[in-house]
Amino acid sequence: MSNSKILANGVDVYYGSKQALFGISMDIKEKEVTALIGPSGCGKSTFLRCINRMNDLIEICKVSGSIKVDNEEIISEKTDVVSLRSKIGMVFQKPNPFPKSIFDNVAYGPTIHGLVDSKNELEEIVHSSLKKAGLFDEVKDRLNEPGTSLSGGQQQRLCIARAIAVNPEIILMDEPCSALDPIATAIIEELIDELRLNYTIIIVTHSMQQAARVSQKTCFFHLGELIETGETNKIFTNPDNTKTQDYITGRFG
Amino acid sequence: MFFWSLVLIAVGIFSSFIYGRSRINLNSKKQGTKSKSLPTYYAQYVLIWCLFPALIVYFSWAIFQEQIIQNIVISNFEYIEGAVYNEGLLLAEIRNVANNPSFADGKSIEIINAAAHYSSLRQISQISFYTSIIIIMLLGALYASQKLKPEFHAQHTIEKYIQYILIFCSSVAIFTTIGIVFSLIFESLRFFAEVSIFEFLFSTEWYPFIPIREGQTAAEGSFGAVPIFAGTFLVMVVAMCVAAPLGLLTAIYLAEYASQRVRKIVKPLLEILAGIPTIVYGFFAFVSVAPFVKAFGQSIGIDASPTSALAAGMVMGVMIIPFISSLSDDVINSVPQSLREASLGIGANKAETIKKVILPAALPGIVGAFLLAISRAIGETMIVVVAAGTAPNLTGNPFENVTTVTVQIVVALIGDQEFDNPRTLSAFALGLVLFVITLFLNIIALQIVKRYRERYE
Ligand SMILES: Nc1ncnc2c1ncn2[C@@H]1O[C@H](COP(=O)(O)OP(=O)(O)OP(=O)(O)O)[C@@H](O)[C@H]1O
Ligand SMILES: [Mg+2]
Repeated sequence: MSNSKILANGVDVYYGSKQALFGISMDIKEKEVTALIGPSGCGKSTFLRCINRMNDLIEICKVSGSIKVDNEEIISEKTDVVSLRSKIGMVFQKPNPFPKSIFDNVAYGPTIHGLVDSKNELEEIVHSSLKKAGLFDEVKDRLNEPGTSLSGGQQQRLCIARAIAVNPEIILMDEPCSALDPIATAIIEELIDELRLNYTIIIVTHSMQQAARVSQKTCFFHLGELIETGETNKIFTNPDNTKTQDYITGRFG
Repeated sequence: MFFWSLVLIAVGIFSSFIYGRSRINLNSKKQGTKSKSLPTYYAQYVLIWCLFPALIVYFSWAIFQEQIIQNIVISNFEYIEGAVYNEGLLLAEIRNVANNPSFADGKSIEIINAAAHYSSLRQISQISFYTSIIIIMLLGALYASQKLKPEFHAQHTIEKYIQYILIFCSSVAIFTTIGIVFSLIFESLRFFAEVSIFEFLFSTEWYPFIPIREGQTAAEGSFGAVPIFAGTFLVMVVAMCVAAPLGLLTAIYLAEYASQRVRKIVKPLLEILAGIPTIVYGFFAFVSVAPFVKAFGQSIGIDASPTSALAAGMVMGVMIIPFISSLSDDVINSVPQSLREASLGIGANKAETIKKVILPAALPGIVGAFLLAISRAIGETMIVVVAAGTAPNLTGNPFENVTTVTVQIVVALIGDQEFDNPRTLSAFALGLVLFVITLFLNIIALQIVKRYRERYE
């Protein structure tokens, strides 16, 4: 298909001698939200971190197979990891703002990538990113306070603003709401719904409701294998595989 | 005396233990009840009561015996009218004769008498020493054995005793420190009674030579310590110029770039560097680095002296590299991985991540490491004694001879000195200054490091 954004083919991942992913193949469409679900330890985070080569940070982790982003192979020595990562933003399970001011947190990416020429431009990017992340109104009077002084939900939205400030095309989210209360979660889910218009989003979640609410496609992982992938509606109402059925009805995991 | 008393005490320990155990077994069998604690606790109880009073007697004897005997001998000495005696020499002579009768030849009769008196006192002392040790041990065991009833909680009591013993051991170091501080303060006060504190702290003339004998022509000493402080500061600055960049960059390499394997090899190697005796650094500085500095100075047209702040400072810098690198490495490592991932995830490269995220986050800890290294550099003695020189020059030129606080303390104490003149007493004042400065540096550094740790844990 023409609008596939990420195309994974036979991805194997080893941590040392232990294999964590077995031949994962997946097709992720542009400007859709794809949810990765599955029991703990099944390899969702591992797969997500393959897409922006975050697994490079783990010395013992070896990735093989093929992942193409915009038709360009990224599992290769020659990949420019820095530009790949500026194209793919990531939001982590635990909010991880830098110990800097709110403004500097968001300004970090645009500054290092030289996206701006003037102070005004930088301010504009920071403000618009904070607006897109739905945080601007809450923090507009305190942009110089440390990012770590915000509440957990606000911190997570700050991290989203930080990620979208470099204008990525893809956003990876690894359980972005697991440290948040229901209200903050609802705000973020709403935000994901809006972001979908401009970004391709992959989200790992343990909440079936969340996956059902925010995603168009769902992929079910089990023990390092991709068991089933398809329209979210179909996965949650009429899955093909009995393991998927068991998992979403809460029989295991 | 020493050996046999140890044997005696060992026998006491052994037999009191055996006695305690068989006694409690006997008692509980007699009463037909089980003892509240295991038999070994009762045995230990007897042992402690047997041992510790005996040890107290032992040590008080060891400390006071000689003094008391000497006092008695001296006070009974038959002084000859008109003769002048030096008490120390006299005592030494008496002891010599007493220990070695062949020295008696040609000695005066009062000395020989005193020596005999001394020997007999020692004999009496020894006999009473052994008897009192034995009696004390028996009394202790007797007291303890009265308690050897099955309903007595020996274990609780033992635990209490062990706590006392541990408290005693840990307080030894604390009290020693307090003692040192007080002696520093008191001796410094004696110094400041003769030299004004303002002269010491603000005047720039350090000329600590004073007439030792009456009539000797020497100028009044002058004790302005500013050149010494300046020299210390200069050497410290040179050392930090070497150690701060090298140590920090080493730490960054180890924490961020080195693979696990390299890290495992390099880190212990660096720590060995910290274990080299400083005198070895000292002669390395003097033999290898100082001539090099001199030659280098000449080649750029500066007249360098054979010992210089630069030579000492550079070697000292190498010495404190491990302090900075090891501590900074720990600090950088404790910056949460999530911050690295956040930065790299945005597409920052490694250098940007280190410069803009990791180092700022680790900065307080790194400053702490620097402060500890500075306090180490200021207190360092051997390197500067050998390689910095002793001339109290007030200069900012690192090619010149300078002197430091620690060097001047050594100089003041070298030779046979009585602690009754400002020259030797100045050592205490300098020591006090050193102590106060390093204490403050350490407190600040530890405070910074601690606050930093709390933030991330
Ligand atoms: N750094 C690592 N070193 C070694 N093994 C790892 C590492 N990270 C993950 N693994 C292993 O890889 C497997 C997949 O882990 P992963 O974190 O991808 O699971 P997950 O699906 O994200 O689980 P969770 O839902 O609990 O986050 C697990 O068996 C885990 O033990
Ligand atoms: Mg995970």
